[in-house]
Amino acid sequence: MRLQQATRCALFAVFELARHPERQISAADIAEKYGLSVNHLAKVLRALTRAGLIDGTRGAGGGYRFLGNAKRITLFDVIEIFEDVAAPAHARSEAGAESDIGRALARVLAEIDDTSVATLKSITLTTFLKLAQRQD
Amino acid sequence: MSESGTSGAEPGDFVIRGAEASDIAAITQLDMRITSLAKPDYWEDMFSRYGDRTNRFFLVAEGAGQTVVGFIIGEIRAWEFGSPPTGWIFALAVDPAVRLRKVGSRLFEAITARLAENGADTVRTMLARDDRLNMAFFRSQGMMGGPFIQLEMPLPSHHDSDEDRGG
Repeated sequence: MRLQQATRCALFAVFELARHPERQISAADIAEKYGLSVNHLAKVLRALTRAGLIDGTRGAGGGYRFLGNAKRITLFDVIEIFEDVAAPAHARSEAGAESDIGRALARVLAEIDDTSVATLKSITLTTFLKLAQRQD
Repeated sequence: MSESGTSGAEPGDFVIRGAEASDIAAITQLDMRITSLAKPDYWEDMFSRYGDRTNRFFLVAEGAGQTVVGFIIGEIRAWEFGSPPTGWIFALAVDPAVRLRKVGSRLFEAITARLAENGADTVRTMLARDDRLNMAFFRSQGMMGGPFIQLEMPLPSHHDSDEDRGG
């Protein structure tokens, strides 16, 4: 499974903010820490703000702050803001989709999709940050 | 059965101990409240097979007034499709009234300690894909997807087989 660039950006930002919920962190600091484009990150941060996961303050000393409950929000909740991970990777309109081979292929791909979604829905931000800590 | 979320409750106002025959009625009731299915015969059988056995562990969390507020069951299995001795957890329940008090975490810690003492260096479980509560709980304890994949298929019914033979 590959994530789009915006989704990866969002995950880095959300985790950086969620691991320091008491702090306001600037987009520039997050971009520098993870080697992200500031412009790209700014767009992602706006989407996360609209989704209610973070809050931004302008001006000197401003920055972004995590708003959600890290023990409840899952990887899936963040990723689905940017991409439709729950959508089947195959469509009935694709060539051959209604054939026996097409239907069998759809079942195998659906099995993979279901496992991916179940995994993403079961990992909270807190659990993920514990996993990240163990990577040090 | 998740330990997620905030709680002002004090952890530790319960004890973890081995299940006893006198716990079965409470365990049956607790399971019925969670699953809406009464399975007294199943829990009697589980106790006879897993209570107080070598390499099999049936633990309960006992709260105030000696009430059973949770339980966990596991065992050590070896060499299933080449898997070295491994701890298996296959039942876990916590009274919804005491969720977020670390009952599940304490049960998990207790059974994994016993599994390790008895030679397992890995612990494994199997869950429904849509069982988000338990999946999130086990992941919060550090469990990840492992090297085995669960496979299944529907079996032809006995009735169908008889017809096949007759036909």
